[in-house]
Amino acid sequence: MEHYNMNLTLKIWRQANSGAKGSFETYQVKDISSEMSFLEMFDVLNEQLIAENKEPIAFDHDCREGICGMCSMYINGQPHGPWKQNTTCQLHMRAFKDGDTIVVEPWRSRAFPVIKDLVVDRTAFDRIIQAGGYISVDTGNAQDANALPVPKKDADNAFLAAACIGCGACVAACKNGSAMLFVGAKVSQLALLPQGKPERETRVLNMVAQMDKEGFGNCTNTYACEAECPKGISVANIARLNLEYIHAGLNSE
Amino acid sequence: MTWKQFFSASVGKKFTVALTGIFLILFLIVHAGVNSAIFVGRDDFNNIAHFMSHNYIVRILEIGLFVGIFLHIIQALIVWRQNAAARPVGYHMSKANKNSTWYSRSMGLLGTLILLFLIMHMSHFFVGTKVALYLEDDAPHDLYEKMREVFSNGYIVIIYLISLVALFWHLMHGFQSAFQTLGLNHKRFTPLIKTIGVGYTIIITLLFASMPLAFYFKWIE
Repeated sequence: MEHYNMNLTLKIWRQANSGAKGSFETYQVKDISSEMSFLEMFDVLNEQLIAENKEPIAFDHDCREGICGMCSMYINGQPHGPWKQNTTCQLHMRAFKDGDTIVVEPWRSRAFPVIKDLVVDRTAFDRIIQAGGYISVDTGNAQDANALPVPKKDADNAFLAAACIGCGACVAACKNGSAMLFVGAKVSQLALLPQGKPERETRVLNMVAQMDKEGFGNCTNTYACEAECPKGISVANIARLNLEYIHAGLNSE
Repeated sequence: MTWKQFFSASVGKKFTVALTGIFLILFLIVHAGVNSAIFVGRDDFNNIAHFMSHNYIVRILEIGLFVGIFLHIIQALIVWRQNAAARPVGYHMSKANKNSTWYSRSMGLLGTLILLFLIMHMSHFFVGTKVALYLEDDAPHDLYEKMREVFSNGYIVIIYLISLVALFWHLMHGFQSAFQTLGLNHKRFTPLIKTIGVGYTIIITLLFASMPLAFYFKWIE
């Protein structure tokens, strides 16, 4: 693909802290390379702001290779921008043309309050994991890995669910701000495997209860989450969560 | 876990919407099927209408129907209100059309249109039939004649057709959505459910649309 440079207008949400009233600020960046990643473009902009003695824009990032789940950003009306199954850090500037205006907003959810600018507090996800997204392992010598037979299909589905990086794009994309795709993936990856069986029932009930407590919305099966998920997590995991919930709810005393 | 906890959780509330939704889907088959008797003949239709309004099993099911509609609406309203609260600050720019269909996001609006229609629909047919039940039985209620009278008004026919468009899109999402909510998402069954859902939706809405049109354009006497 041919390399080119571009000048862009950026409309970015600025908010000093969680209590402050935020607003959009407009910035111009020049000579942005089509080979840059979206976050590198933000680095250029922040260098520019620092040189002008202005406050740089706060945004979440860590590995910058699409696997950690830290980057967020709602870019031009879509979480992680216009590319499918892609994170913001792996979005490259060749997705845009010279002269484009790009609107960048933080994730919008009651359960993800804005900390600063484009950084939101996603510890609600951590608390859902703490409520049941774990397995109990007895002490003693590790047994032989092959002692527990796992059907290939279950191993594959558990692996696909475990690909979730917990970035929160599902919540950001959902018109209801529902976290069902995240919770569905986290319940599925353990429920499908023998190691996850002992807590299978309490897990789903506790994680759903925590999800509700955090203030996420209810799923209405628009499947926007699956379409926007950078890891392509399937809504089949939501159905599995529903089924696990029915099973555990009817079985509990 | 109590029953209350089970059904009041986010997932549980949707079970109610899905189960009552499937019940209403089944009801529409009976409703459309029975009404299709107008194409057979006036007396046949009136006989079936008489049976439906006098049979005790049907009348008990009718109570279930009202409970079903009520639960479907109440639960959906609670879900809708909670969902609106889950995003207090909206997006400046949102390309929702890139990730979901407009009708899957508009179930509340479509449902409200159907509810408004139902109020009018009940005042047209249900109330009259019920009143007739408590009057003398020597002059049987002529529902066929009542339909002809109502559907001689072009404006009412248009309102019925618009409402059927709302029902069409409501079912296009609702049919397959109910199965997903109840935990059925399967490589082989889900495509089948979706195809049956589309077929059901097209047949049911066309069948219902044919009735006011048949009376208005005098396709049947």
